[in-house]
Amino acid sequence: MAQYMILIYEDEAQYATATPEVLGEVMQAHTDFAAQVEERGAKLLGGEALQPTGTATSLRGGSEVTDGPFVETKEALGGYYLVEAPDLDAALAVARMTPARFGGVEVRPVITFD
Amino acid sequence: MSEEASSVAAAVADAHRREWALVLAATVRVTRDLDVAEECAQDAFAAALTDWRTSGVPARPGAWLTTTAKRRALNVLRHRGVERRALPLLVEEPTVPGPAELLDERLEDVPLPDHRLRLIATCCHPALGQAAQVALTLRLVCGLSTAEVARAFLVPEATMAARLTRAKKKIAAARIPYRVPPAAELPERVDAVLAVVHLLFTTGHTTPTGGELVRRDLVERSLDLCRMLRQLLPEDPGVTGLLALLLLTDARRDTRTGSDGRLLLLDEQDRSRWDHRAIVEGAALVREALRHRPPSRYALQAAIAAVHAESPTWTDTDWHEILALYGVLGSVWPSPVVALNRAVAVGFAEGAQAGLAALDALADERQLAGYGYFAAARADFLRRLGRVAEARSAYEEALELTGNTVERTFLAARLNGLGAGRDG
Repeated sequence: MAQYMILIYEDEAQYATATPEVLGEVMQAHTDFAAQVEERGAKLLGGEALQPTGTATSLRGGSEVTDGPFVETKEALGGYYLVEAPDLDAALAVARMTPARFGGVEVRPVITFD
Repeated sequence: MSEEASSVAAAVADAHRREWALVLAATVRVTRDLDVAEECAQDAFAAALTDWRTSGVPARPGAWLTTTAKRRALNVLRHRGVERRALPLLVEEPTVPGPAELLDERLEDVPLPDHRLRLIATCCHPALGQAAQVALTLRLVCGLSTAEVARAFLVPEATMAARLTRAKKKIAAARIPYRVPPAAELPERVDAVLAVVHLLFTTGHTTPTGGELVRRDLVERSLDLCRMLRQLLPEDPGVTGLLALLLLTDARRDTRTGSDGRLLLLDEQDRSRWDHRAIVEGAALVREALRHRPPSRYALQAAIAAVHAESPTWTDTDWHEILALYGVLGSVWPSPVVALNRAVAVGFAEGAQAGLAALDALADERQLAGYGYFAAARADFLRRLGRVAEARSAYEEALELTGNTVERTFLAARLNGLGAGRDG
């Protein structure tokens, strides 16, 4: 088994203007997702949603404090899931059903040090 | 070299071409590491060069080479046991056989299990970029050296070595599985493999740059690969269609240039010198591939190639049949290049004016903007319509977008032949 981080990149502006109905659908999609991970032969180890990049503070070279995300992009990192899966195909199957209606996801293998 | 040594060398070279993928794929099952498996497979071929001189060429060279490579792999694993545990291993199916079991596969008269499809599926995994897929396939499935793969794609050897290393590192670190994709995913995965084989063929059929029209090595490798796929997936309509397409297209290879090296188009080619065995084989495969509904894009492209291949002369070409096939192809696989080819067929079926109108309807397709064949097709229709000034600028544009010397010479000759036309 290996661990994969599923990074969710979405257009924040869409969330800012979304109706309560849409936000409710997104919440429901994440709840449904969590319930279905094991059917794909994987296990959900964790996951969080992040506050928008407007709340981010970056430090460059360890000292210079700047307001905002480390990299400015239209679709910004807005949350993640950490999953355990036997191989990339299983991780991609989980990634495929990860809710990200205003963007997409990136799958990164996690290094395990033992 | 003595006669015996050279006949052994020829047998090893032949085995390398036929059996490399089989040997490597079986060895990867033992090592679960592509690099170690490559080393062991190479060692086995090197050993064959000396051993076969004393013991003779074995009845089943592939089995001999596989056993030798696997035995070496088991030795390497024993010696490197401690350090290897730190390396990421290729992911296998849950039921990994033990080393003893793996070696048992060498038992005489037991057919060797064929692991080539796993190897091909891993090389063409969609998580790898297509450039990496092509490079891995040539290196691991066809057994080309890194230098040869680099030459095939006209990049420095160091660049290709880095590309291969990076791809193999991703396979290991991201755990791209070494297995035949499950049935539900198979069609999509086979499509990726077919795209790689098709790209190899088209790159060889008309090399994008350089002095030769055809790169025989690439064309022949892609045909070998396609035949291998046909053996592994005999029921797959895409595989059948692609093999048909390659055979029917390549049947014209020897007639595509004149004795002076000049490019000859379909209307000038000596059809008696087309490879009629390839045409018969390709035509039978087309019929088989077209039985599936809906037909695959390759089956339809092959069917179009078959109309040309089976037409006794250029003037006998059944353009209406070709147009109908392009219509179906455009609905199965809509693409600007298909639309371009269809427009050219319109020009032959209904005249240059209609062809030009069909082409001009595609003028806004961004994918065709930098495409030399689009400008060349326009130039040809304009020339036939006597619109010399416009033809001249279209030929000039086509020349700018064309890197192959043989094609450039052809376009330059057409440009010169325009002379001072009535509106030039």
